[in-house]
Amino acid sequence: MSAAEDLGYQEKTHELKWVGKNVTRTDGVDKVTGRAQFGADLIMPGMLFGAVLRSPHAHAKINGIDTSKAEALKGVKAVICRDDFADQPSEMIQVGELSVNIRDVIRNVMAREKAMYDGHAIAAVAATTAAIARKALKLIEVDYEVLPHVIDVEEAMKPDAPLLNEDMFTDGVDPKPDKPSNIAKRLEIKLGDVEAGFADADVVIEREYRTRPVHQGYIEPHACVASYTEDGQGEVWASTPGHFLVRAITARLCGMDVSKVKATASEIGGGFGGKNIVYLEPLAMALSRKCGRPVKMAMHRNEVFRATGPTSGSHMKVKIGAKRDGKITAGWAELMFQAGAFPGSPVFPAAMCAYACYDLENVLVIGWDVIANRPKTTAYRAPGAQISAFAVESAMDELARELGIDPIDLRLMNAAKEGTKAAYGPTFGPVGQVESLEAIKNHPNYKIPLGPNQGRGVASGFWFNIGGETSVTMNVNDDGTIALTLGNPDLSGTRTSISVMAAEELGIEPDRIRPTIGDTTSLGFNFISAGSRTTFAVGKATVEASRVVIDEFRARAAATWDIPVEAVVWEDGHARPASSNAGDFEPLSLEDIAREAKKTGGPIAGHVETNVSGAGPSFATEAVDIEVDPETGHIKVLRFTAAQDAGKAIQPNFVEGQYQGAAVQGIGWALNEEYIYDDKGRLENPGFLDYRMPVASDLPMIDAVIVEVPNPNHPYGVRGIGETSIVPVMAAMANALEDATDVRINELPLSPPRVLKALNEKNGG
Amino acid sequence: MARYHVSATVNGDDVEFLCEPEQTLLDVLRDELHLTGTKEGCASGDCGACSVMIDGRLVCSCLVMGAEVGDREIETIEGMADGEQLHPLQQKFLDYAALQCGYCTPGILIAAKALLERNPDPTETEARFWLAGNLCRCTGYDKIMRAVMDTAAEMRGE
Amino acid sequence: MASDRVNWNGSDVITMRYEAPETMEAAVELLSSDEGARVLAGGTDLLVQLRAEMIEPSLVVDVKRIAAMREITKENDGIRVGAAVAGAELGEHEEFKATWPGVLEAFELIGSTQIQGRATMGGNLCNASPAADSVPAMIAAGATATILGPGGQRDVPVEDIAIGPGQTSLDKGELVTSFFFPKPAARTGDAYLRFIPRTEMDIAVVGAGICLTLDDSDICKAARVSLGAVAARALVVDEAADALIGTPVDEAALAKLAEAASAAAKPIDDKRGTKEFRIQVMGVMARRTAEIALARAKAN
Repeated sequence: MSAAEDLGYQEKTHELKWVGKNVTRTDGVDKVTGRAQFGADLIMPGMLFGAVLRSPHAHAKINGIDTSKAEALKGVKAVICRDDFADQPSEMIQVGELSVNIRDVIRNVMAREKAMYDGHAIAAVAATTAAIARKALKLIEVDYEVLPHVIDVEEAMKPDAPLLNEDMFTDGVDPKPDKPSNIAKRLEIKLGDVEAGFADADVVIEREYRTRPVHQGYIEPHACVASYTEDGQGEVWASTPGHFLVRAITARLCGMDVSKVKATASEIGGGFGGKNIVYLEPLAMALSRKCGRPVKMAMHRNEVFRATGPTSGSHMKVKIGAKRDGKITAGWAELMFQAGAFPGSPVFPAAMCAYACYDLENVLVIGWDVIANRPKTTAYRAPGAQISAFAVESAMDELARELGIDPIDLRLMNAAKEGTKAAYGPTFGPVGQVESLEAIKNHPNYKIPLGPNQGRGVASGFWFNIGGETSVTMNVNDDGTIALTLGNPDLSGTRTSISVMAAEELGIEPDRIRPTIGDTTSLGFNFISAGSRTTFAVGKATVEASRVVIDEFRARAAATWDIPVEAVVWEDGHARPASSNAGDFEPLSLEDIAREAKKTGGPIAGHVETNVSGAGPSFATEAVDIEVDPETGHIKVLRFTAAQDAGKAIQPNFVEGQYQGAAVQGIGWALNEEYIYDDKGRLENPGFLDYRMPVASDLPMIDAVIVEVPNPNHPYGVRGIGETSIVPVMAAMANALEDATDVRINELPLSPPRVLKALNEKNGG
Repeated sequence: MARYHVSATVNGDDVEFLCEPEQTLLDVLRDELHLTGTKEGCASGDCGACSVMIDGRLVCSCLVMGAEVGDREIETIEGMADGEQLHPLQQKFLDYAALQCGYCTPGILIAAKALLERNPDPTETEARFWLAGNLCRCTGYDKIMRAVMDTAAEMRGE
Repeated sequence: MASDRVNWNGSDVITMRYEAPETMEAAVELLSSDEGARVLAGGTDLLVQLRAEMIEPSLVVDVKRIAAMREITKENDGIRVGAAVAGAELGEHEEFKATWPGVLEAFELIGSTQIQGRATMGGNLCNASPAADSVPAMIAAGATATILGPGGQRDVPVEDIAIGPGQTSLDKGELVTSFFFPKPAARTGDAYLRFIPRTEMDIAVVGAGICLTLDDSDICKAARVSLGAVAARALVVDEAADALIGTPVDEAALAKLAEAASAAAKPIDDKRGTKEFRIQVMGVMARRTAEIALARAKAN
């Protein structure tokens, strides 16, 4: 055995001591006592407060910015605008599941030629108090030339639509257009021959769907503190899922070497993908550089809604063909996604995932990435997959009705399984789609009789999950405890789950391991906490680091006993002779070895720098029961069951929490959440009051069913589990609505006015 | 700029601070008294992350002016545990994994404590409506409700 | 009062002043003295508007330290509620709760538990939102507002205070100090219902306050119907009340009520609901509200 051993899944021959149990989270006490420090909680000596001036226009040329009056205000220490940043060339960088162009990033962080959306940053101020900073914003004079704007994706695609970027010519179209448009890109996911598949079909369902932009809705607004010193060094403290990304973009936009920026991740108050990009940190750094004092910046809630990451609104067309017996012969879709002001909507993952739940021979999904005068989209939990699933899984439900087949049976009949070639490329290994469907089919939720105005809907979902660059350091302290340094901010308890895997490997109690999220100087590069990668990838690297440490423990024991290292095994937290042939020695505990480390060769540590691969896709199926008020169109959720494949749940109550949280975000998306714009392109509901996320009294308990089909590429079988459970929700809700009322709605949200209107139309009123 | 000199009690301690009229109690707690356990989520009373008690009433500290709280008794999350002894709600939140990111947690704990002080035996529906002003985007509320209901049962001696 | 103003050498920006008088007369004097003065009662609207920079008052007059405005007192012919009484405080007043359950429910629908710890009926009325929940219920109950101003004191029906979004009929320096709820006739019941997309935390999309009185043979002999969020101010709809009066509040009467309520609704399309939705659901809510008021009247 050595650290180089296969890090694949091994069925355990002994009972696991910690993995699969629930231990108390390591950051728990700090979070229930108010000690945990989030983005806006850091207080530095001499710290100033920053604020951002934002465009009131959806689309406007910026002819000039006069900051002189703001600069003259007593208490104001620095004012910055576009002139304080050098422009960036066109170059794609990867952030989470999505890639963005750094030329667009600089424009999104601070408007240059034009304000591209209501809320776009125009200038920023640092002052001795937050109130003075806000007052200074009013003294900045901006000469705007208001331009026609476009919000809606269908409008933005029209040839005569207001043009956001005169230099944009649609990619992926042959021949390349000679006229610019708002369509950034066309893409295709293709398998087999859909035309032949439709020719073979007995039944074809063809529908159109529309969704509205929705926000991730984390409760912590974006916040950071940056400090720049005269020697050209900068530090930044930020609420982020990826402080290495913060470092990279801050350094790049501020023209600093990467080594000169040290980024530290605060605790992060939710992100769901929406913090997978940088907004404030380069501004805070530039302000700090200008005045030589630390600058704290924290968004107001309305800035979060107006200027940060909603996901796309969409217009989708779906066509599914099947034989009478339920066998699907072809799946086609065309997805038109709003990217916001700059290209890069999640239309690609949406296209990848659209039909991934099914074992199909013929698939064609066409995607269009379209810019519009809205904030640039960022990732939102299984980005894009939830949107295309709303369309495909709604159509699947209609197909099941048309064929008179139970919707779960129809899905089972066509389910993706081991050996299925997905349209987006890979051939699946062991996956849990069949198991998730059967879990719902056999769940009491699927059998409870329904009353009047009640309905039940089901839908499935898929997310591929990712691995990525990971660096982990495990230091063995001289008292036999472990300092585990990870580079991935913990949004949901990942630190604890990863420690549990290390405890299992080392054979010690989890509370002897202290996990810390290290700053960017303490570890090699880490890709951000995204794509449900953290427990999987960082866990895998930590298992590897544990095994490096164990090998060193064995070597130290072997040296102590003067026997070959191969003759020493590590069991239950102790080095032991492999057999009586190896000699008769008292086992050495981890503490024994740690205590003597100075004499046996010095400090013991394991560190791993790797690019983790082998993320296991995760499938989910969900059932929801609703009751519709036929007089108001109000939908009440009665019951909700989410069954998702976790591979292996390291901490079952954390896994349940992910399914439950994802389900409720989906319920909000389905029922009421949406971005509402006025005719000037200004966001009308930039607050929690009118954005209407679910509150506790809106909901029942959410039943989470953990399906476990081990991922062969992880030592404990872990799959990423953070995202898939949001994917089926919106379709399941629409399917339940039809079950309850015989009304099919293909547009989100299923808000009372829309539902009541549809009910009226059905009733001929 | 004119500032107001205010004396009040926070978690049983006498405090004095100077505040601008624009500063809310939330701003004062965080920026002047450095009690950052109380969080800002919206500053409009819609999320409950800034929940505190004033003279025994549950309020959003973002909707209280700092200048208003002279002579008032304020309780925040920092005063919830008794030394090393967590409040039963705090312990149950850990036991049930009733938090993920933890940002809404201080406000929810303060609100839940106020509920149980007023109504030691709430129904789940009552608890859900009481906590409707505390947004949580991570958990879907399931484990929060279970933790609150179980704490109530435990505190009743069941 | 432990909040003393001190000079501070900070910025030269002109900022607002905060005052917390202890008498109504002192409050009126302050309000009269400054063109840019605003009343701070519960603050649940004022602080939101301050933060959003919708208003920039030069003076904020906190009325919560005026004892008389925080009291609930029984008078011979009714109950008087101070305009700065918070929702949570009113909810603890057993007699008010038993007498005017509809008014209390309406008041308690405003915002969260946290908001209830602060929000006041005086504030809800004078903020003059057409969607204010407590206002239709107070109007239906026949409540009057007592106003103190530089010219003295006057009593005004609640429906005459808010005259449009953000606008009241109060003169400069005037302050609503209390509300008077007349003792209801025997066999009177009141109720308030609103429609919101969620179950809590929303602003009413439509709201209906109804108070009705039955005679000994269960025929409705008096009714008041007030509708919220369907016009620039809460409406008093006599046609809707007439649909109930003289009837046993049966299906036919309720259908007529719903029709009259929908007909009276003159809503706008906005982010909270479409015009057609509001008109239709106004009728539904009026009918459901009347059913609750009826059951209460029968029990009284």
